[in-house]
Amino acid sequence: MKVSEMLAGAELIQVAGESGNGNEIKGAYIGDLLSLVMSRALEGNLWITIQAHENIVAVASLVEVSAIVVAEGIRVEAGTIEKANELDIPIFESIAPAFELAKTMIGLGIQ
Amino acid sequence: MTEEVAASFDYEIEKDDFKIAGSASSHIKKILKQLGLPNPLIRRASIIAYELEINLVIHTFGGSMRLEVHPDRIVILTEDVGPGIEDVDQALIEGYSTANDKAREMGFGAGMGLPNIRRCSDDFSIRSKLGEGTWIRSEIHVG
Repeated sequence: MKVSEMLAGAELIQVAGESGNGNEIKGAYIGDLLSLVMSRALEGNLWITIQAHENIVAVASLVEVSAIVVAEGIRVEAGTIEKANELDIPIFESIAPAFELAKTMIGLGIQ
Repeated sequence: MTEEVAASFDYEIEKDDFKIAGSASSHIKKILKQLGLPNPLIRRASIIAYELEINLVIHTFGGSMRLEVHPDRIVILTEDVGPGIEDVDQALIEGYSTANDKAREMGFGAGMGLPNIRRCSDDFSIRSKLGEGTWIRSEIHVG
């Protein structure tokens, strides 16, 4: 499933990286400890987190996740948005907690 | 083992500079991709580079990182200007961390950096002297 198709089925606000909406989503990873995300998230995963600072873009780029969803209504910082736009990494905001987001994504067929 | 260095790249890492943290690792990843190395190797090298880079930002007064590309191995080295690690054996235990609250809030400082680096390396060595600095060498074999 492409990021754009996921976006159509979930209530998310895109704040960055529209040019990466063609990325293919392969599974998902939920986590806020960046060392764990670096070592456990897989290429193509949708990454759900509550971190919103610039370093999530570096981690996303190194792991090559397909997109980042920042949960719990946390606002993504301006510097994060700027960096994500440069690197074509889609970032979404959601007021939903990570567990609700996971249920939504499973409902859309992301396994 | 040949001593021929095909290429080397140097990066300066500033203390507390979270804004650009990750840019040296991203550059290293880009170089390894351009060299056409296998993806699992690139991933291990990226994790090593990122953890080393973040360690320099969080725990040191600044330092340098070097990527060496040899025909048979990738070597990533860091050297900082202090403050040094009091107990290196303890620092290598997963979960042990001396990171401050700010670093922890950002999702760093879980005590996984050095263990992650060691796990991803085929050869790993660390030397540290309190009041002077820390020297780390991580090697990944190619092929």
